[in-house]
Amino acid sequence: MAGIPHDHYEPKSGPEKWLHKRLPIAGLMYDTLMIPTPKNLNWMWIWGIVLTFCLVLQIVTGIVLVMHYTPHVDYAFSSIEHIMRNVNGGHMIRYLHMNGASLFFVAVYAHIFRGLYYGSYKAPREITWIIGMLIYLLMMGTAFMGYVLPWGQMSFWGATVITGLFGAIPGIGEPIQTWLLGGPAVDNATLNRFFSLHYLLPFVIAGLVAVHIWAFHTTGNNNPTGVEVRRGSKEEAEKDTVPFWPYFVIKDLFALALIMAIFFAIVGFMPNYLGHPDNYIEANALATPAHIVPEWYFLPFYAILRAITFDVLFLDAKFLGVLAMFGAIAVMALAPWLDTSSVRSGRYRPMFKWWFLILVIDFFVLMWAGAQPAEGLVPTISLLGTVYWFAYFLVILPLLGVIEKPLPRPATIEEDFDAHYPPKDKASGDAAAAPAE
Amino acid sequence: MRITRQKTKPVAMPLRLQLSKRDRQMLKKLSLAVLISAGLATGAMAAGGAGKVKDKAFSFEGPFGTYDTNQLQRGLQVYTEVCAACHGLKFVPMRTLSDPGGPELPEEQMKAYVEQFLVADEGANMHLYDAEEDELRALAPTDNFPAVESAGAPDLSMIAKARAGFHGPYGLGINQFFKGMGGPEYIYSLLTGYTGEEKEEAGVTLYENTAFPGGWISMAPPLYGDDVEFADGHDTDISHLSQDVSAFLMWTAEPKLNDRKQTGFIAVFFLLVLTVLLYLTNKRLWAPIKRKEQA
Repeated sequence: MAGIPHDHYEPKSGPEKWLHKRLPIAGLMYDTLMIPTPKNLNWMWIWGIVLTFCLVLQIVTGIVLVMHYTPHVDYAFSSIEHIMRNVNGGHMIRYLHMNGASLFFVAVYAHIFRGLYYGSYKAPREITWIIGMLIYLLMMGTAFMGYVLPWGQMSFWGATVITGLFGAIPGIGEPIQTWLLGGPAVDNATLNRFFSLHYLLPFVIAGLVAVHIWAFHTTGNNNPTGVEVRRGSKEEAEKDTVPFWPYFVIKDLFALALIMAIFFAIVGFMPNYLGHPDNYIEANALATPAHIVPEWYFLPFYAILRAITFDVLFLDAKFLGVLAMFGAIAVMALAPWLDTSSVRSGRYRPMFKWWFLILVIDFFVLMWAGAQPAEGLVPTISLLGTVYWFAYFLVILPLLGVIEKPLPRPATIEEDFDAHYPPKDKASGDAAAAPAE
Repeated sequence: MRITRQKTKPVAMPLRLQLSKRDRQMLKKLSLAVLISAGLATGAMAAGGAGKVKDKAFSFEGPFGTYDTNQLQRGLQVYTEVCAACHGLKFVPMRTLSDPGGPELPEEQMKAYVEQFLVADEGANMHLYDAEEDELRALAPTDNFPAVESAGAPDLSMIAKARAGFHGPYGLGINQFFKGMGGPEYIYSLLTGYTGEEKEEAGVTLYENTAFPGGWISMAPPLYGDDVEFADGHDTDISHLSQDVSAFLMWTAEPKLNDRKQTGFIAVFFLLVLTVLLYLTNKRLWAPIKRKEQA
């Protein structure tokens, strides 16, 4: 795999040879685990393993929760309280699942912005990027439907608002909304199908994750320089890379352990900090909460949704808001074709750096705006944030490639690595650069 | 409105009504109507701005804070003698009064408490209905606290988690990070926040309250001080009673708080040890690659 020359699995004992002839599974695992990985990867390359961990955590805790949960409008809310009070360890499992969703999104946003800065989406990694965007969309769908299951006030009203978006589509909107909800309003049919899909989609995500990994194991990892690993010979490749095991496995596990410590501190000491108090009130179709807000990880896109407050021609503001929200993710997915620069890494792009920084700030400003009541300056700020989001992908990325003069890049990954960790003795530098063991 | 509750066996209760099915349905409809109007009223009031919430110190705050068992027992008494007439705790199993990390009533005492507990709203607790006797059966420790819907008052099981006392600043969530969500502080501030002013609106008496969003609440002041008498002679002024019942309601909302914090502490401790070990492993592993001295 990876097109990077490296050692392959050789079955040695009799049983190994027997199995290898029939099913080369050990070879597949060996190649996956021993993939030559650029040795200059920085700490922003740890999020993949955090995300994998999150997926496993959510599936495992989720399966246990389902053993005690009842998907019915009359029992959902009390079955959650049953889990919190009567099931052994149920409160921990539920809080892990609840906060696990937040950790999942923290990691996915860090992962996405890492890719945007270091140009990981560029050729030949477009497929990896597109699969990643699909995973992100499925994550949002899964998280949204999962939030409905406790059947609290925010569950119910969040579901009402978000499914109402489909109703904004001119002409066919209302039939689509009714079809999605299984009735004229959010009710038992909605809860049941959301439960069903909330159980299904994580496994679709797991499948896509395998494809995501397959795709970047075919192209090889990107790295902070954006310079490709040399593939001329095994010796050359070994100067740029180290095998994933043990070097990056141990590094990633260290990062994961630290993140887990922070995560367990939040679960243990402030599990409701990221939640909304209203979700501890049972859903009531007759009492609308004063202020309906989605979970924090949806807020930037929720702000974009609410940013359009004016009709354009025959399209009304609500529908335009829906278009803008989905469009904001679509333009991000199209980044590989919108970015015209031949340089991958933002490190060597003096102008891009600043525009990227503004995009990150813009993301947080939108997140804040999404949590505020839409009054006063908030709609204006949301609109400005939305305009910048689209301008970054549709105008700035295409233009920068033409007008920007990139900085000189290192010729090889080895050169970049040696600049950080200089060889002790220039003469023996080359020999020392090869991985030990 | 002060309620003194008699400690008698449920069978001898003069208050128990023999309701026909029709009456029960009527009652249900009526209580629903009250609920709806209460819901609408709170919705409208919430728009009027947030109230003032005092940052009262509780024993269960911070990563190491735990419940004060004696305080929970006092809070239980306040709930039983004052709040229970209008507010249910329908998600709280009564047996958990004996659970570790709760009021920790000795089992015999818990059983006696459950036996004496009065069901204030029959219509809302029809799962207790015994057709043979044509009345509600006595409560058992495995039952939850009864629901109370007739007064149109919210159930208090999760009220301490369903209210946020602290906000902001500027919607940034920094205050909640340092002070906590402020549910018990909100309850305390509400109970001690009555100014004594009253007004009539659409036939409903509203009472001015500095903690309630919008400033006017339909609940009459429930506590005046000396509403209960504690066996251990603990202070019964309004501030102490409010603190005790707020702490108790935090327990009903989060009965596993002590457990959770302990699990969190152990998990964080071992994860930090693991982090240090992995850090050293990683450092040593990469040393030859990075041409550094081996540790």
